[in-house]
Amino acid sequence: MKVTFPHMGHMWICLSAMLEYLGVNVVVPPPTSKRTLTLGARHAPEFACLPLKLNLGNFMEAAEQGADTILMAGGCGPCRFGYYAQVEHAILEDLGYNYRLVVLEPPRKHIGELLSKIKYITGHNSWREVIKGIYFGYQKARMVDDLEKQAHFLRPREVQRGSTDRAFKRALQEVIAARDPQDLPKVREKVRRIMGAVAVKPRPVLRVGIVGEIFTLLEPFVNYDLERKLGYLGVETDRSIYLSEWINDHLFLGLVRGQRSRKEACRAAAPYLNHFVGGHGQETVGSAVIYARQGYDGVIQLLPFTCMPEIVAHSVLPGISNELGIPVLSITVDEQSGEAGLVTRLEAFVDLLARRKGVVVQ
Amino acid sequence: MKIGIPRALLYYYYIPLWRTFFEALGLELVISRPTTKTILESGLRHTGDDVCLPVRVAFGHIIDLKDRVDVLFLPRLVSIARREYICPKFLGFPDMVRQGISGLPPLIEADLNLYRRDSLYPFFSALGRNFTSNRFAIYLACRRAQQVQARYIQLLENGFFPEEARAALSGGTGEEQREPARGWPRVAVIGHPYNIYDPYISMNLLSRLARSGVHVCTADNLPETLVREHAARLPKHLFWSLGQRMIGAAWHYLQRPDVDGIIHVASFACGPDSLTGELISREVKRRGKPFLNLTLDEHSAEAGVVTRLEAFLDMMRRRPLLQVGGNGR
Repeated sequence: MKVTFPHMGHMWICLSAMLEYLGVNVVVPPPTSKRTLTLGARHAPEFACLPLKLNLGNFMEAAEQGADTILMAGGCGPCRFGYYAQVEHAILEDLGYNYRLVVLEPPRKHIGELLSKIKYITGHNSWREVIKGIYFGYQKARMVDDLEKQAHFLRPREVQRGSTDRAFKRALQEVIAARDPQDLPKVREKVRRIMGAVAVKPRPVLRVGIVGEIFTLLEPFVNYDLERKLGYLGVETDRSIYLSEWINDHLFLGLVRGQRSRKEACRAAAPYLNHFVGGHGQETVGSAVIYARQGYDGVIQLLPFTCMPEIVAHSVLPGISNELGIPVLSITVDEQSGEAGLVTRLEAFVDLLARRKGVVVQ
Repeated sequence: MKIGIPRALLYYYYIPLWRTFFEALGLELVISRPTTKTILESGLRHTGDDVCLPVRVAFGHIIDLKDRVDVLFLPRLVSIARREYICPKFLGFPDMVRQGISGLPPLIEADLNLYRRDSLYPFFSALGRNFTSNRFAIYLACRRAQQVQARYIQLLENGFFPEEARAALSGGTGEEQREPARGWPRVAVIGHPYNIYDPYISMNLLSRLARSGVHVCTADNLPETLVREHAARLPKHLFWSLGQRMIGAAWHYLQRPDVDGIIHVASFACGPDSLTGELISREVKRRGKPFLNLTLDEHSAEAGVVTRLEAFLDMMRRRPLLQVGGNGR
């Protein structure tokens, strides 16, 4: 059994750590590329959202490397993601791929449905080992997220352009290389030293909150490395969703203390959006409100074309922008998006923010 | 007091329910005018570009109503069946309207949520309390409304279209049988009610088909249980109620030898349709029935649709001739 899963930013680090710790044979699909997108878009339904097309491309590329089992998350709607796995599997079957499908999702009748699927993947491991493996993966996710947060802070302030990116890349390699939970404290120390070595100088920066749909937020291929681009334009960014927060909220039911939770965001969404709308629609709205209250200079919403929850959020955001006085830029991505167009819009947005604040950045 | 109801979205399913309930409580119903170019354009002006056509049309209907009524009925349709939703845009619709349209009359809101329970009473009781404190009156109105709705559904299952069924309901007995539809070929039109029953949006699809001698049936002409039985063949329970109906109906009509072809009507950028439509068309390909996929948006031109319909009908009419001469392919 060779298990593969779709890409979503740095999620593969966490997932493959977890699975490899449990001795599962993992095939990480090649990094999402233009080829992935072309493959996926060719066979996926035209109006499906972008993540589905990229997932499909990932699976097709992973099959070339011998993967035979798909591990996917599911859901119970109303966002389309809940039905991704089944549609993707139907498409792959019609194309002649021979994939087994294991979907981890909230069980419909009995918790045993979910447990037996986990057992199927993890094999002979005891539940104690499985839990340890999951926690190991979570810790890696958290380290990667911390690295990203540091990079967001450093990039607009770095003395030598590109030094943050180089440090980030090296630190990431250290995290990936850790094989055992016992190594993690050492790795954490090493990583701190690497990131601490980036020289910075104090200069005025703009602060922008990035909200939106989780896949487009986390996958740099889809958002054209938005956070890095903004960093180079002199903007410090924060993101409404990090992978470790998502894991804590949805898998650990918020057990780990001291992490931001989606509940705050959902509360803050009232009175603009009073009901959950699936996906991360309500979190998007609530996070925009929170960023406005925290004095951020602007908010950028990222969404895949035709994403239903985010379209609801998109319709509500102008009201927040007016009432709370914070500029909001919505960026829709799909297989037709181009990088140059995005850069132009970002530059214009940053100019607007800088002028509003009366500062000169970079 | 005048209460406004937009002629959009699930109006085509639920209008007898709303009408009976509100009229029993002594309210006067005002329904927005049938969709026109003006209504569509005002809806387009008040919504973002990537919002789907039905929601944009619904905005137009609310704008059409807002200055003519005392209150506006805008329920949040969260779920109309156990463990199912309709679509995220239905969940967020009241909020989108509040942000998008200014100068709204007071809104009559309540959450219709059958995700975990089966009774409609809590919803109606929340609605009724806006108008009366008499709980018994609300209870009676709710019961009466559900009876009328049940008859309406029965009429639809007997082969009526919503327009005819409503006429039959208000025309007295409401029990008259529809003259059995005849015609050939027999075509199943599968699509969301607010797309196929709105003559402006669908460009008179149903009447156009009927005029050219086609025997038309839709997903709503099938009993709920039958539709669900077929949809249960999916690898996973489908969590969109309208999608259930469309997939179940499509798979049922696919099996029926007396149905000659299927037209799938979707609106541009409809989320659920992008996946259910895909599942339907894959199944159709396996079984080899004539299939036409019509995608509607605000730019659809009538001539283009007519041409495609004609070609589709011609193909179906010629199929038997081919099958006589050849091996059925």
